[in-house]
Parts: sequence; C-alpha cells; structure tokens
Amino acid sequence: MTSAAQALRTQRNKALPIGGDTHDIMTNSINTLNKEDAANAAREVRKRRLQAFLFVVPLLVFLVFAFVAPITTMLYRSIHNPTVANLVPDTLILLEDWSGEGMPDDSVLLQFAADMKRMANDRTSGQLADEINRALPGMSSVTKSTARALRRVEDEDIAANGATILLEANKRWAEAATWRAIRDAGPIYTSSYYLTAVDLERDRDGGIVQRDTQIYVKLYTKTLKMAVIITVLTMVLGYPLAFFMAHASSALANFLMVFVLLPFWTSLLVRTTSWIALLQAGGVVNSTLMWLGVTDEPIELLYNEFSTILAMTHILLPFMVLPLYAVMRGIDNSYMRAAISMGSSPLAAWYRIYLPMSLPGLSAGALLVFIISIGYYITPALVGGTDGQMISNIIAFHMQVSNNWELAAALGSLLLVLIVLLYWLFDRFVGTDNLKLG
Amino acid sequence: MKQQLTLLAAIALTASPLMAQDLTITSFGGAYGAAQQKHMIDPFVAETGVNVLFEDYGGGVAEMKAQVEAGNILWDVVDVEVIDLERACAEGYLEIIDQSVLPEGDDGTVAADDFIEDALANECGVGNIVWSIVFAYNTENGPGPQSIGDFFDVEAFPGKRGLRKRPQVNMEWALIADGVAPEDVYETLATDEGQARAFTKLDTIVDDIVWYDSWSQAPVLLNDGGASMVQSANGRIFAAMKEDNAPFEIVWDSHVYDLDVWAIMKGSENVDLAMDFIKSATRTVPLSGMQDVAYGPTRVSAQALLPDSVKKDLPTAHLDEGLKADGIFWADFGESLGEKFNEWLLK
Repeated sequence: MTSAAQALRTQRNKALPIGGDTHDIMTNSINTLNKEDAANAAREVRKRRLQAFLFVVPLLVFLVFAFVAPITTMLYRSIHNPTVANLVPDTLILLEDWSGEGMPDDSVLLQFAADMKRMANDRTSGQLADEINRALPGMSSVTKSTARALRRVEDEDIAANGATILLEANKRWAEAATWRAIRDAGPIYTSSYYLTAVDLERDRDGGIVQRDTQIYVKLYTKTLKMAVIITVLTMVLGYPLAFFMAHASSALANFLMVFVLLPFWTSLLVRTTSWIALLQAGGVVNSTLMWLGVTDEPIELLYNEFSTILAMTHILLPFMVLPLYAVMRGIDNSYMRAAISMGSSPLAAWYRIYLPMSLPGLSAGALLVFIISIGYYITPALVGGTDGQMISNIIAFHMQVSNNWELAAALGSLLLVLIVLLYWLFDRFVGTDNLKLG
Repeated sequence: MKQQLTLLAAIALTASPLMAQDLTITSFGGAYGAAQQKHMIDPFVAETGVNVLFEDYGGGVAEMKAQVEAGNILWDVVDVEVIDLERACAEGYLEIIDQSVLPEGDDGTVAADDFIEDALANECGVGNIVWSIVFAYNTENGPGPQSIGDFFDVEAFPGKRGLRKRPQVNMEWALIADGVAPEDVYETLATDEGQARAFTKLDTIVDDIVWYDSWSQAPVLLNDGGASMVQSANGRIFAAMKEDNAPFEIVWDSHVYDLDVWAIMKGSENVDLAMDFIKSATRTVPLSGMQDVAYGPTRVSAQALLPDSVKKDLPTAHLDEGLKADGIFWADFGESLGEKFNEWLLK
C-alpha cells in the first residue's frame, strides 16, 4: 500500500511542472532567451502538456460517460417530466381557461375523451394513469378502465357525445379534483418532486404546505445522524490502530495491514451476511451469551439501528485506517521525543504535537467514511430492519417499486447537494488543504 | 493441455457473436427457476433446438421500464407477477398476446376453458402458476397459531412474527384480523379510515414484528429462531419442509394468492419465437411440473395429473380459504400506501 502511495506521489510530483512550475520558469527566463529558444521552449511545454493530457483522456472520457452524464440526467429528470404534456397536449391547452372550480367545459371533456381513445390504442393510457394516480391515489384503475371502455367506442360517437361517455365510464371524471390533478401534472418543468422530497406540497391556491405524509426529512436527519455515529466510531477504533501500526516494526505493520485490507478483498455481500449469521437470534453471539449465562433469551441484535451501525463501521473502517496510517508514517518521531524531553507529559505532547500533525489523515478518513456512509444502501437493506433504514433505501423503493423515478432523482439530487454543502463547510472550517489520502 | 484447449474453445464459442442467443427468458431463479428449467425450457430446447438464455430478476417493473425507455430490449420472455402485470401492460412494456392460439389441454379441452379464469384475465400474459403468501410456524415451539386472528394475538401466541417489509399482504391481514370480511378488504383499504384501521391493528403487534426484505429470509428466520411464525411464499416453506425436513407447518387461513404469468417484452426481436415458447410452456404437462415447488398449475387439465398427496400442498387446493391479491388495487395504492407504510415504520 505505502509503496503504491509513494509511487502515486512521485507521479504527481513529476506531473506538476507541466502544469504550474514551468510557467514561472518560462516567464523568468524569457528575457534571457532569444526568440527561437523561447519558441522551442514553448513548443516543448505544449508537447508535454499534450502528453499529460493524453494520459488522462481515457479517464476523462470514462468520467463523462459514467459520472457526469448520469448525474446530469438525474438532475434534469428531477425537474423535467413531459409525460402528461406529451400525452394530452390539447386537453391541457383547453384546461388553461378553466378556473379550477366546478367542472371544466364540455369541450375539455370531449378533447380528453378523444385523447383517451388514442392512448388506449397506443397502449399509453397506463403512463397517464400513473401520473394522475400520484396526485390522487385510486385514479390509476379509473383511467385504465375508462381507456379500455373508450377503445370500443367509434370515433364519431366520441366526437358527438365524448363528454357524456366519459362521465358514464366513471363518476370520478365529474369531480373537479380529478381535472385539477391533470392540469397540475401538465407542466413540463416542475418543482413538485423537490417539494415532495422535503415533505411539502402545493395547495389549491399554489401556496406551499406540509404534506400529510411526513417521511423524507426524518429520513435525511436519521441518515446524517447515523453517518456521524459511524464516522466517530471508525475514528475511535481506527486512530489507535493506525498509531500502533505506524510505530510498529515494518514486519508487524505489514502483517496487521493484511487484516485491515482483508475486508476489502471479501465481497461486501459476504461481509454483510456474516453479520447476519453472527447476530441473529440463534447466532454465534447470542448462543455464546446464553451459554455464559449472561442472558436467558436471545437479545435482539439484528434488524435494527445497532446492527446497521455495527456492520457499516466494520465495512468502512479501512477507509479511516488507510489515510491515517499513511499520514502517521510520515510524521517524524523526533518531534514527540523533543516535546517529552523538554518536560511535556506524553498526553500533552500527543495533543499539541502529534494530533495536529495527524489531522490531515484524520480529516481525510472522516470525510471519506462520512460521505460513503450517507449514500450506503446494501447493508442497511439487509441488516437494517426498520430502524436501520437510510435515505438510500427509500430512493431504491422509488426506483424499483413505485416507479417514481422523478422523485427518486429529486431525493438523490438533494443528497448530492447535502454532500457538497457538507464538503464546503468542511473546507471552510478545516480546509481541504489539510486533506491527505496518503 | 487438452483441457485448456477445450476451455479456450468454450470461451471462444461463448464469446463469438455467431452464437448469439436466440431467446432470452427471465424469471425468478431459485428452486422455482430450476423447475421451470426442467419442465418448460429443457423440453422446448430439445424440441426446437433454439438457444435459450435463462436469466433471473427480482420482479417489479423497473427493469422493463428501463429497457423499453432506452429502446434496448434485452429480454424476450419474462415471468411477471400479476401484481405488476396490470401496470406493465398498461404502460406499454409488454406485447399483447393472442390468446386464441394457445393449444388445447391434453384432454382436448379448448384453452379458453382449460385455463382457470384469472390466468387469461390480462391480455399481456398467460398464466403460469398459482402461488400464495401464507404464514407458517415452527412446530418445535408447541401448538402454533391456526388463523390470521391468532397471528395477531400476541398474548395467546407469544413470539416474533416475521413479515416482509412492505404494505402488500400485511395490510390485508391486519384488516381480516380486525374483523373485515375477506371480500370487503380491498374496498375498505381504499379509504383513509380503512388504512388507518389497518395500521392501528398492525400497531398491536409492532413490537413483535421482525421485518425482512426478501422471500429467502423467511424460512431462515423460522429455522434459526429469529421468529416463531413467518409470512412466506408457500413454495419456500414447502421446500424447507421437503428437502431439509424442517419442522414447519403451513397455515392456509386467509392466505393471499396470486398468479405468475409468462409475458413478452414490448419490442422484442423474437416475438414469434417467444410466443412459441409460451405456447409450449403452458401446455398441460409442463404446467403440472410446477408441483415440484408446490405452486399450482393454471390449467384444469394439469391439476388432474397431480397425485392427491401433492394436491393438498398446493394453493389451488385452498383457494376458498384465501384471498386473491388485487393487482388493480395495488397499482392504484401501491405508491401512496408504500409511503404511508414507510412513515408508519419510522414512528
């Protein structure tokens, strides 16, 4: 690990002159060089810059496709939903003149009936059903059954009595709320998913009010709380270990490093399910406790917040230990010795000398662990039960089960904003210059 | 050396584009997938010589939606739960199937009469199995609960209850345990009061619930003592009883049954071949093979082939004690109740 980190550092140092330093060299030396030499030098610099650029091109291309593009699509999707506007454009135009109270004009109903028949034939009525259903649960089946009923009606009939046929198909088409739902789902660009993601919604007058269901803010808070706990735990466990390893003989340190890295070499799923085997009611921990007589019946260790925090701390520990160890290896012991020889107590010397010097590793580890744990999915899903759920689990629910990808995108975007915000705060108060990953 | 060569040849063959798969069939894997492989796919391959790639998925419509939206159709035939079928069909992720071309049963009954009613209820699918969500208990803990009322009675039957973490089935059971007649369950659940009533009933056992996420966890919970009774797909408990001699007992009271159907992905390049497979897989004999995993066949003629000793373990023998899962209701209320359920969990 250390040799790899060193190699990385040398590489970085080699690459540096191309970016910053050469520029200074050039401006300083330009006075003493003749024109031709300067041109040669400039060409040389350009060549080296190009070479450096070519080295990172594959990574850049990869990042654009695997990182920038999906995130942009996600951000866009959270405000952009053209489904309804594409499906019933003419109905929406006619609805613009409607006050929102009482029933809309028959012309609206007529146009909507025609749209419904077209959608029934195109098999797209389900998409509209899904969108209206989001505002008014129960409308999905109403929309679909109406579409099925209209499919059998002749076009001329619809043109003549579309409104009546629609009202006969289901009584909910006679409710103003239904038409408000269609109208409100119309805009192509909408903030409604972001409102939902913070438990708010618009009322009939367009004012912003609390939703009936309060869930997402709670989950964000809970996710943050758990991420903080996990970060603190990895610090408490990781700091002494890294300290010991940094001061041990290199043979011992390498041996211990294997144990730190071992979890990295094991599949995440295997590690998580082994916690299930350990913690379940008839598992190793409980049987040992019962055999020792500590408890008479199994203690609930699994499917709660405790098991999530425990398993995630274990899984994320290497992300704390590795940067800490790399930084601590670089700290010269003579500082501590000097402080102690001048009469400082070891603890005070550690606090005033060693801790500030190891802080870059500690901050890097903390930032890594915190950010990774905020978006963690698989472990809480497997061992979390109910209390151990995090925001990522509800995002997965909207991606996989409810099919509300727009809301999932809004929730995901908010999570991204939250992380960037925290990173900014960190930079403000700790400073990212103080980060060292190795 | 020879082994290495064969290995290389095998790799080269699988990687070669000339050997492109002719038909991709997707289902749920596990013991169920194995039974489908044995009784439906292997005979079809033997008959037609078609290359079949048999894949697993976890259900839901998300993957179909992604394929259709991206215009990149990877699957041809897919096994869909009826609870998702309504939505997948109406949103245009599945092809319409001409049910009139389905072959008659082995006893000569025309397909339309041979299939049970729900099997052909949706124009996008052909019924494959009847499966059920039941609850089961571990007989080692003494006499177990016999009804859904007992399941909600923590005083008479103490112990943890394993439930799958989602509103489906749990809400239905809560209402039935609270005295709602099975035929009124979905109507009640469509109202705010009915939903509140179900949550209130669930509140009475909430401290004794162990929530799990995938069906595979149910028999494990029951086996290792994590729960003394669990909700489960009937086949999972059946397999544990049959193969591992687990001391479990299935209770059929108020079980919620549903169908799985074979469907064809919209935009599949092999629609005709896919239809050939569905015709072949839903004949009498292949369907009767689903008894291996205790799922009931969807053809009457296939039920006739089953020995009596097996019939009693199949959902099809207990339909009158159960409730048919309402795919239309869950298409309407799945998302809103999903949110409310998550809110309730967080309390």
